[in-house]
Amino acid sequence: MAFLEFKNVRIAGFSAAVPKRVLKIDENSIEGAKYSAEDYSESVGIYQRRVSDTLTTGDLCYWATERLVSDLGWDKHDIGAIVFVSLSPDYMQPATAGILQDRLGLSKECFAEDILLGCSGWVYGLCNTASLVASGNLRKVLLMAGDAKFRAKHPLDPLFGFAGTVTALEYDESATPMRFHMGTDGSGYDALIIPDGGARNQLSVDSFKLENVEGKRIHRVQGRMKGMDVFSFGITTVPKSFKKFCEHFQTSLYDYDYYLLHQANKKMNDAIVKKLKLDIEKVPYSLHDFANTSSASIPLTIVTKLKDACADSTQSMICCGFGIGLSWGTVSLTVTPQCVISDLVEVDEDGDDKTHII
Amino acid sequence: MDLQEFINNFAEQFDDIDTSTLDANTNFKNLEDWNSLVALSVIAMIDEEYDVAVKGDDIRSANTIEDLYNNVCNKK
Repeated sequence: MAFLEFKNVRIAGFSAAVPKRVLKIDENSIEGAKYSAEDYSESVGIYQRRVSDTLTTGDLCYWATERLVSDLGWDKHDIGAIVFVSLSPDYMQPATAGILQDRLGLSKECFAEDILLGCSGWVYGLCNTASLVASGNLRKVLLMAGDAKFRAKHPLDPLFGFAGTVTALEYDESATPMRFHMGTDGSGYDALIIPDGGARNQLSVDSFKLENVEGKRIHRVQGRMKGMDVFSFGITTVPKSFKKFCEHFQTSLYDYDYYLLHQANKKMNDAIVKKLKLDIEKVPYSLHDFANTSSASIPLTIVTKLKDACADSTQSMICCGFGIGLSWGTVSLTVTPQCVISDLVEVDEDGDDKTHII
Repeated sequence: MDLQEFINNFAEQFDDIDTSTLDANTNFKNLEDWNSLVALSVIAMIDEEYDVAVKGDDIRSANTIEDLYNNVCNKK
């Protein structure tokens, strides 16, 4: 049973970067669907999102890091590790974390790695980075998480928005422990999948032939989703994970100040909130303005919705990221007023990496 | 589990429909108001009322409301 607890690590800061460009949900966004844009927005909860033709997740995380490191007053050479979580790395190889080490001018003694996860990715990344710090070996570590431009142009899929976030962790013996419950169900591997371009189905000319998938015309290097299965997974798995977590760690689900859920679909989250009888005032959303931002959703929500609350007094949060894999992770954490939360960074189309190009 | 109660719960997921027109033999996927958003509401209802996690295949393999009801019963 994947229950973990890490002492001596505190969250030193949060930052998030999004493209400047805003795209509102309108009839063009949901072309071909049987429902109207209004019905879509009301049911799914998305009214607009941030998009870009040039910016990758690496770019967004770069700008978010520059801002956070400056706001924290950290010396870049003190950063012991960077962990980059994304389904949209700059290149299929090498890892984007290495490119960012160079671009940010970090020490060459920096531990850097990528994690290939989506909506559960921030929690998984937090678990990884917390373990690096808690051991006392590395004192300052950055977790980068998000998704932006993908490997193939997507028809303007109205469910997703671009964002890159950074969570800074620091060794601190007075910190409240972070606790995790993690899980995986690989039988749901094809609920969210890009079929071609990996080793199993190598890229070929046929990869780009359009197919009819759940009412959409897409090819095999574009993401496809079994919507009903993912929905069903979300509304059963999240409540179960929270319940198991509370049982194991002997806490009450009602002891927290905020509940941060990954946000992909409002109807799904409404069902989860209802099932668990959570106080809706304590469930903040970034979904309306940013859509589904994959592993960025939880930290983006903290940056855009909880900055003032956290500056005011210590806030306890329980979070759950869940999705592609199928994979999920629950974490409880505390954010104190010492935590630096940067203002949202908005990046121009011109903010892409001009050096690590080929 | 009660079939009529299931039909009533099912009907409640539609905004505009005259619920008396739905019965056990209704071919629900052919209803004009049926779409992928309503399908999600139905899945949420089944989870809440019957504590059953319905998947895409359970919806796809059912033609009538009674077929869906039977799929749910089999998973209980």
